[in-house]
Formats: sequence, structure tokens, C-alpha cells
Amino acid sequence: MDSMTLIAVASIVTAGLTTGIGCMMPALGEGRSVASALAALAQQPDASATITRTLFVGLAMIESTAIYCFVVSMILIFANPFWSHVITQAVGK
Amino acid sequence: MHLSPDQVVYWHYGAFKLNATIAFTWALMLVLVIGSKLITRKLSVELHRSRWQNLLEIVVTGIEKQIGEVGLRHPEKYLGFLGTLFLFIALASVCIVIPGYEPPTASLSTTAALALCVFVAVPLFGIEDQGFGGYLKSYAQPTVIMLPFNIISELSRTLALAVRLFGNMMSGAMIVAILLTITPFIFPIVMTALGLLTGMVQAYIFSILAAVYIAAATRTRESAPIVEPITK
Repeated sequence: MDSMTLIAVASIVTAGLTTGIGCMMPALGEGRSVASALAALAQQPDASATITRTLFVGLAMIESTAIYCFVVSMILIFANPFWSHVITQAVGK
Repeated sequence: MHLSPDQVVYWHYGAFKLNATIAFTWALMLVLVIGSKLITRKLSVELHRSRWQNLLEIVVTGIEKQIGEVGLRHPEKYLGFLGTLFLFIALASVCIVIPGYEPPTASLSTTAALALCVFVAVPLFGIEDQGFGGYLKSYAQPTVIMLPFNIISELSRTLALAVRLFGNMMSGAMIVAILLTITPFIFPIVMTALGLLTGMVQAYIFSILAAVYIAAATRTRESAPIVEPITK
């Protein structure tokens, strides 16, 4: 395998792994937080406004980790610096 | 397929480029400014009001109530800044139902600019509230050991604000573009509807987080978290 194939394989595999694991773990975390928020809502329906607002902010915080993974995999696929370096070298040759 | 609307260039002259981000940002700003100018031109305090005035009053009082619930004591002081952030991001994501439109918030430049506004505004509000020394002292809370971590958190939350909004809006556009090539009939519409919901949630999150940061910077001496009285 020359370096071009190696970079392509590494980028694609890493992008898939990044999105896969990066969706799985935040999903587990969000599931836990929604479950406990539902339990809290069932116990105290009066505090629903506060609980819902805190839940939304917390969910956005958790989800941003998934978004980071997504952005990294998008960069690996569409705007890969190593790949464009190899391409410019191959064109220059 | 392009990663951000920055890459769609309509017109360029030398180093000056007019890309889709700038064009749609200015279009949204014109809609917001001219729209509210037209509506507030003839305000009435009587019982009979125009529909648009009612709409604006609902929006403004709703935002003010939300800011107040976060724990800021004078919501009307921060209404201009936080309300503008919310309205701009919300309009930017609601407009994705218009064909040919690309949300300017799907570009990292726009979201970085919005996050930098928050990054600058938080110390300004903090200094205005507790004075320069008092604000600087809040970095050394609870102990001096926390000083570097407080500074790092200041920077990292700005980065998180920018990347969160960018990632959410960009992923919405990207998923619709990918689905169009696979299942071009029903699913892109469903994902666009979902994108409307996430766009509104992101607008809410962005302004609520900005409000929380301002509330943390202006935390005054005797303030306690506002606990709503339990009625029963």
C-alpha cells in the first residue's frame, strides 16, 4: 500500500468509528438524563418549567460532544488536510 | 456538495468576495430591522391593537420572562443583546423552509462571530455590575488555584458555543443533501421538519447559555437562585 491508499483507508475508517462511537456514548448519556428528568417530573409536576429548562440545557451540553465527533468525521471526509496534501503532491509530480 | 455556505461565491472583485453567508446574513438583518421598524411605526396603547404588534409583544415579553427565570435580576437590561441573538438564530433556522436558502449559521464564521459577541459581552456586563476589581476577583473564586481553570473555561465555552451551533445547522443541511441522493421523495421533508425543531432548540440553547454566563458574571453579593414558590 502506498501512502495515498493508507491515508484514504485511515481517514474513512476513523470517520466511521468517530461517528459510531460518538453517537453511541452521548445517546447513553442523554437516555439517562431524560429518564431521570421524567422521574423528577412525575414526582414534582409543579417544578416542570425549571426541570425542562435545565434538561434542555443539559441535553445541549451532552449533544455537543456528539456534534464535535460529527464535525471531526466531516472534516476527515470532506476537508481532510492530509489528503489534500497528498493530492497536491501527486498533481505536482 | 459543500461544507458551508462560505464556498458559494456569487460575485467577487479582487480580494472582496460576496458569498452566500454574507448575502443571507444581510437579508435576515434587513428582514428583522425593516419588519420591526414597520410594525413599531404605529404602536397603540389602547385595547385595539394590530396583529403584528401583538406578535412582537408576545415575543418580547416571552424572551424577557425566560431571561428572568435564569436568574438575572434586571431582564430588560439584557433583553436587547440576548433577544437579538435569539431572534437572529431562530429566523436563520426557520427560513430553511424557503427553497434555495442556506442558513448563514451553518458557516463557522457566523457562529464564531456570535460566540465572540458573547465572549466580549460577558466581561462587559460583569464589570458594569461589580466593577473592574470585583469582576477580576471572580476569576479567583473559590480559591486562587482555580484561576487557570476559570480562564480555560472562559475560552473553551466560547469555542463550544460556536462549534455547537455550527455543527447542528451544518449537519441538518448535510443530512438533507445526502438523503436527496439516496431517497429523494419523503425523507428529506421529514428531516427538514426535524431541522426546524433542532434550529429552534439551538436558538433557545444559545441565548439561554449566554444568559447563564452573564448571570454567572454578574452574580452579586446577596443574590440567591430564584426558587419558584411551590403552590399546594
